[in-house]
Amino acid sequence: MTDTIAHAQILDTELERPRLTGQLAETWKTESGLWGALSTVDHKIIGRRYITTAFVFLLLGGVLAILMRLQLAGPEQRLIGPDRYNQIFTIHGANMMFLFAVPVMEAMGVYLVPLMVGTRNIAFPRLNAFSYWMFLAGGLVLWISFALDMGPDVGWFAYVPLSGPQYAPGKRADIWAQMITFTEVAALAVAVEIVVTVFKQRAPGMSLDRIPLFVWAMLVTSFVVIMAMPAIMVASTSLILDRLVGTHFFNPAEGGDVLLWQHLFWFFGHPEVYIIFIPAVGMVSTLVATFSRRPVYGYLALVVALIGTGILAFGLWVHHMFTTGLPRLGESFFTAPSMAIAIPSGVQIFCWIATLWEGRPVFKTPLLFVIGFIVTFVIGGLTGVMVASVPFDTQVHDTYFVVAHFHYVLIGGAVFPLLGAVYYWFPKFTGRMMSERLGRWAFGLIFIGFHATFFPMHILGLEGMPRRVYTYQPDLPWHGLNLFASASAVVLAAGFLVFFIDVVMSARSGNLAGDNPWDAPTLEWATSSPPPAYNFAHMPVVSGAHPLWEQPGALNVADGLHTDRREVLVTAITTAAPQARESSPQNSIWPLLTAIATSIMLIWSIFSPWAVVWGSIPIAITLIGWFWPKGTPEDEA
Amino acid sequence: MTRRIRTALSSVPLLLLGGCSNWQSALDARGASAISLKHLIVLIVAVCSVIWALVMIAMIHALWRRREAWRAPLDLRAPRERRIGWIVSICVGLTAVIIAGFTVASFFTTRNISVAGQDDLTIRIGGLQWWWSVEYLGPDPARGFVSANEIHIPTGRNVRLLLQGDDVIHSFWVPSLAGKQDLIPGRINEITIRADRPGTYRGQCAEFCGLQHAHMGFLVTADTPEEFAKWAEAQRATAASTTDDEEIAAGRDTFMRKPCAGCHSIRGTQATGTSGPDLTHVGSRAFIAAGLLPTSRGALAAWISDPQTLKPGNNMPLVPLSPDELRAVSAYLASLK
Repeated sequence: MTDTIAHAQILDTELERPRLTGQLAETWKTESGLWGALSTVDHKIIGRRYITTAFVFLLLGGVLAILMRLQLAGPEQRLIGPDRYNQIFTIHGANMMFLFAVPVMEAMGVYLVPLMVGTRNIAFPRLNAFSYWMFLAGGLVLWISFALDMGPDVGWFAYVPLSGPQYAPGKRADIWAQMITFTEVAALAVAVEIVVTVFKQRAPGMSLDRIPLFVWAMLVTSFVVIMAMPAIMVASTSLILDRLVGTHFFNPAEGGDVLLWQHLFWFFGHPEVYIIFIPAVGMVSTLVATFSRRPVYGYLALVVALIGTGILAFGLWVHHMFTTGLPRLGESFFTAPSMAIAIPSGVQIFCWIATLWEGRPVFKTPLLFVIGFIVTFVIGGLTGVMVASVPFDTQVHDTYFVVAHFHYVLIGGAVFPLLGAVYYWFPKFTGRMMSERLGRWAFGLIFIGFHATFFPMHILGLEGMPRRVYTYQPDLPWHGLNLFASASAVVLAAGFLVFFIDVVMSARSGNLAGDNPWDAPTLEWATSSPPPAYNFAHMPVVSGAHPLWEQPGALNVADGLHTDRREVLVTAITTAAPQARESSPQNSIWPLLTAIATSIMLIWSIFSPWAVVWGSIPIAITLIGWFWPKGTPEDEA
Repeated sequence: MTRRIRTALSSVPLLLLGGCSNWQSALDARGASAISLKHLIVLIVAVCSVIWALVMIAMIHALWRRREAWRAPLDLRAPRERRIGWIVSICVGLTAVIIAGFTVASFFTTRNISVAGQDDLTIRIGGLQWWWSVEYLGPDPARGFVSANEIHIPTGRNVRLLLQGDDVIHSFWVPSLAGKQDLIPGRINEITIRADRPGTYRGQCAEFCGLQHAHMGFLVTADTPEEFAKWAEAQRATAASTTDDEEIAAGRDTFMRKPCAGCHSIRGTQATGTSGPDLTHVGSRAFIAAGLLPTSRGALAAWISDPQTLKPGNNMPLVPLSPDELRAVSAYLASLK
């Protein structure tokens, strides 16, 4: 294909617009058909796939939630036995954290970050493809094991000794631990890609103070992922070693320590919450600006708050362990950062309200979700301050109060912004608008259903109802509120149903969107909807934080990139001054093959430690295939 | 048969305990420590509610206030932006002051919660899947005794509980008396409880511990010191070794002959098993099977005849007994007052 183009004409400078876009489309295209789908490294296709898969997991996890609410609607119901119930709440938690919330936030980054920083593909695109396949395999492992009645039943936190060799016979806990490995590998891969993309592939002129807040949020999140995930990998690997080869990391009888598990788990587990929440902060900042019709108030303060949240996230893990009998002084020490996280959150809330105050709000569905977010997240944040207090926590820890708290933070704080973000960026993903009418219905049902379901749980917790119980006795006064919560969960589910219907219908027959339907200021709107395979025909050049508001109509562009091979522009970390042209890899089937080989090794290692030895051979072979020079123009550059 | 007994029984606790439906609630604080925790909870919740209301008022006003004419997005007025900056900074400052206040209040609440000393009544609580072992240790170890799933304490005194998980992690929680504390294998944790008025409070395991985490309840009964002394004296006694009642004697025989004695202890008999709850005075306790059923002959019979239906997954096997043996064993156990 590239032979037909004379070498003198390969730079975009020398091509007329139609030739240029035709040439770029050919260079960056994804082949049609199954082979093309399996071998693509286009961040938009992978991002869309990632987001869709994560939402499928949301749907499945939601079904489990409804099953639990059915079981808890009345005392001593026998709809679901304890064994099944324990699997259900474990998989609900693990699924929502590892297969929905973290991946969907990273996937939004995979799709949007390259567009928002004005580049043609994410850094390490093949690693990106590999990441998706690993994530998918991890999800399949969890759900297939559940379908076979061998799903993990030890809680998403898998405390030892309950998950250890003595009290969790069979392979259920191992499946949990390996599912973690799959999703961690996937998450770490994306984190590295995003860090490099943000640092080195920004559009010329996009200095640090002009980076869109969502991109800042994804950058901070990626660093939190990189620093938090190794702790859980150490923990889950030690657990598998205890279970499979007889080590005693967590066995107190042999000098091991059960609290070591909790420290390792929560050193990851608390930052995990911020891995989910920080991207949501970025989404809200983006939505607030666009729908207030002005730049978000306090850009610098918001960036500092994001970074501060990311750092403080690592100083809070002990507040999950306030009842384990740690020294009082140590506990009080951890109260301070747990409370202090309220300060960056406060900065964010006040800046958003100031933006709305000074702007001219446009009440479209995305803004409704932002309003719902502020109402809900402030409650979740305040109950977070409550559980940060050691004495307060001793009464509510491991009760339904905490169930209420973290659903306020995760659904109110992350899912509401995410749904708003889907309404906002859907036209960019698909070229079509979502329905405003269904959007209002979805928001109304989800908002009311959410509060009616989860608010009563605060009271249930204070009234003494512990978490993770498959039933409760009729002589305890919890029946009424549980029934009310269960009935309200139906409203919440109906809201999500409307949302999913809207997505499917709009993807088929929504109104055409055009490039920039919201008159938004950031670069992802400077190209067609959906964007072409090469994202931008010319590299955009920015001179402010809101390029499309500052240069309405015509954006400055840079050129000089090759069109006959995949090339991206590398720029300086702080100033984003152009530094070099860098090849971007072509499509390849090898990431999929590597993911298959890795999956076989990881699943096999549940059954035999030798899997690590023999299973690494196919991985080595596929990696050699992955990196073997194929004689493409990119190799020669 | 089990089902019918169960249905009949399920109404009993409601009748028995109609007066104390909130007997497991942090909001119905009866112990010294729970009362100071409730004060802190009320304080923090009240302040937080006001904060939330203020934020909502600000947001609603921001959304619906009247505005001047349309301006381009980037047409910002510097003096107004500066003024907003001051307001935001003041709000952030107030946030810092309030959370500092909460931190200090928490610190003092923790400090004010009294801690029992070595000389106080000390009870060792063991958490097991899915019941509680209760061992009265002191102050005089020679006069110690063992029970299960029911703790009696004298009113007006600090009682020191030593907590240890004997298999997996459990958590000891009697919300009306005190906050929770975990029982962790390989460690001994301590918690102090104190009730100033007589009453019965329910507690429940608060750390997920496996299949029957939901049915791992227990009772704490606070008696006047005199009544407590009487109760302790009765508990210290071994089980009666003779009886005139033929059925009870037959039940005792069966209990010793069958696998029951391999897991349970009845002091004064040859039953010395330790993997199940001590049954020396099981008839005197309000509930059997860790808060599952109110104690009665019928409940005991139902439990023995089919423990896996009543509490699926628990460690008590089904011991096949003839109807006569079942009647006799339940009569015997009910007689262990």
